[in-house]
Amino acid sequence: MALLEVKNLKTSFFTDAGEVKAVNDVSFSLDSGKVLGIVGESGSGKSVTAYSIMQILAGTGKIVGGSIKFDGQELVGAGEKVMKNIRGNKISIIFQDPMTSLNPTYTIGRQLMEAILLHTNRNRKQAYERAVEMLRLVNVNEPKKRMKQYPYEFSGGMRQRVMIAMALACEPDILIADEPTTALDVTIQAQILELMGSLQKELGMAIIMITHDLGVVAQICDEVIVMYAGSICEQGTADEIFYNPCHEYTKGLMRSIPTADTAGTKLQPITGTPIDLLNMPKGCPFAPRCDNAMKVCLTKRADRMQLNDDHAASCWMNVKKGIDSGEIEIETKGGDEDGKE
Amino acid sequence: MAKNKKPHNKAAKPESKAENKPPVKKSDEAQAAKPVNKPDSNTPKPEAAPKAKKAAASVRKPEASDNNKPLIEVRDLKEYFNINVGMFRSKPLKAVDGVSFTINRGETLGLVGESGCGKTTVGRTLLHLYKPTGGEIIYDGKPVKTRDDIKKYRRKATMVFQDPYSSLNPRMTVSDIIGEPLDVHKLYSSKGDRMERILELMSYVGLNSEHAARYAHEFSGGQRQRIGIARSLAVNPEFIVCDEPVSALDVSIQAQVINMFDELQERLGLTYLFIAHDLLVVRHISDRIAVMYLGRMVELADAGEIYDRPLHPYSKSLLSAVPVPDPKIARANQRIVLTGDIPSPLNAPSGCPFRTRCKYATEKCAEAMPEFKEVSKGHFVACHRTGEIN
Repeated sequence: MALLEVKNLKTSFFTDAGEVKAVNDVSFSLDSGKVLGIVGESGSGKSVTAYSIMQILAGTGKIVGGSIKFDGQELVGAGEKVMKNIRGNKISIIFQDPMTSLNPTYTIGRQLMEAILLHTNRNRKQAYERAVEMLRLVNVNEPKKRMKQYPYEFSGGMRQRVMIAMALACEPDILIADEPTTALDVTIQAQILELMGSLQKELGMAIIMITHDLGVVAQICDEVIVMYAGSICEQGTADEIFYNPCHEYTKGLMRSIPTADTAGTKLQPITGTPIDLLNMPKGCPFAPRCDNAMKVCLTKRADRMQLNDDHAASCWMNVKKGIDSGEIEIETKGGDEDGKE
Repeated sequence: MAKNKKPHNKAAKPESKAENKPPVKKSDEAQAAKPVNKPDSNTPKPEAAPKAKKAAASVRKPEASDNNKPLIEVRDLKEYFNINVGMFRSKPLKAVDGVSFTINRGETLGLVGESGCGKTTVGRTLLHLYKPTGGEIIYDGKPVKTRDDIKKYRRKATMVFQDPYSSLNPRMTVSDIIGEPLDVHKLYSSKGDRMERILELMSYVGLNSEHAARYAHEFSGGQRQRIGIARSLAVNPEFIVCDEPVSALDVSIQAQVINMFDELQERLGLTYLFIAHDLLVVRHISDRIAVMYLGRMVELADAGEIYDRPLHPYSKSLLSAVPVPDPKIARANQRIVLTGDIPSPLNAPSGCPFRTRCKYATEKCAEAMPEFKEVSKGHFVACHRTGEIN
């Protein structure tokens, strides 16, 4: 059984302008010891998916459907008491901005010990020792001295280490990292990614890595989910996603990144702007920006299609390919005709 | 016009550059009073601009413009900020400490480094947004020193800022934002003239005329950055400092904006100083790349050269740290992970600033500052041990 199983998760924000379906029918599962990457541009719902799992949505946000099962236990509608035991203890989260996620008025030590005291049966002395041990684990020099310091005395990379130490202090089964390196320099990013990779192997936990940087995904993820406008458009192993992308959006993303080979040439950007979640089109959400959009794309969303054991995508192009090669027989229930626009 | 201009920026030989470029720009500059320079009303829209660089890329030459006069020459630029360290004492923070480089016409110089290394300060000091503590800025052969110089200089050199959310005034409409530089420099004869120019600038960056009356908050990040770029183009500049112009944008939008920078360069013959921390972006857009560390330049070379053969240990680790969007390469990639953080510029190490994080550091590195010298044609590096470690 998978450690975490998310099924048909729907999360909406109820704003004055209407319901914003930030996460719309997202399903995935995560096995222990794996690294799952969730990529997508801002507003694609990747962070909201994470916040839904932790149930730390902002005021107007609400899970409106679906189920989240952790180790067989249903979390949707489980109540605060259960969630308090899960958060920090079983599932931890690291936020994007290490500059603002720490309380500037408390020492690092106090903040680290808070989590340990809250979730374990350790006494203050044991908690202190555990905190020092955690700082040492994340390669903070002179941990005892650092325990007495305040966040302003730490650099960005160091603060992110403290956040990781805090998240790992209770040995969670799942670590959710929400853009953990976006605010950091590449050299520091490399340090942090390396650290997360080695800790993951050492402690055998699962990581959900939320990022918009495909480079980061390539580096540490086993499996990848690509999100667009609140839904998953493609899902598969890292190799499948990078070497055999099967959704037009993923293909566009891959084409638009500058690499050593693109120097001096034009990039091939995805045209248009990200979609307004308040005015979702009827068909595929990516269709308005898609170069290969067909008639059917504008009227009907493609179902998720399992392409092979490690790969699934929701794109009509795959259906078309299947029909063209004769692998798929056109069903009679109609509406699936796909003439090119 | 776009046709005969396009080759010069990336690959053209010096001769063709010399004959192609200056007449166009210089004659315009000579009659500085001319309010609006409409060089190409009949050129294609940015989307349709010819893809010249693709072909040009392979023949790009590092020494392409050696015998050409540089547009910008910076000599030993210094920028110190006074920081209070006690009640009555202050200490200079050497944000930029003795940086020298040149940028040729039509060229893009990329400037990379970690945060706090002084790359933004270089850009701002270069435009005299900060008064330089020391050193010289020579633009088109003439030093920029007096107030008059600076005023004239600001008509030729502009800036695109990093954050498209905070660099646009929320209380001004798009047309006022773009028109402000025109007002400041009095670059129009009538209101209709002004509006015409604004609409022209908006079309350069792919904005519709109906956007003119809207406010910045009505636009997405990518569109706001387009507004910022249109504003920087208003005075018809020759040189633009781009300070992390795409780092706040999503990948798909980033590519659109990068292409636009490319197209504008081809079309208007612009020269860029492109500051960024995303090395893949810098690699894509730059002809030459300079690496900074703690207020100093540690390496400067042709873009391809610095990626294939970085000489300074800092450049090596910086480049190896770039996450490559390719799982197989990423897994095989041996990263040179630096230990520790960049030291505070208030307590910079003696000698070579990088020595505290450098695995090759010796006593000599602690004693003397390495000289920034040319080791092969067009490849400058500041390291005592360049010869030994490579």
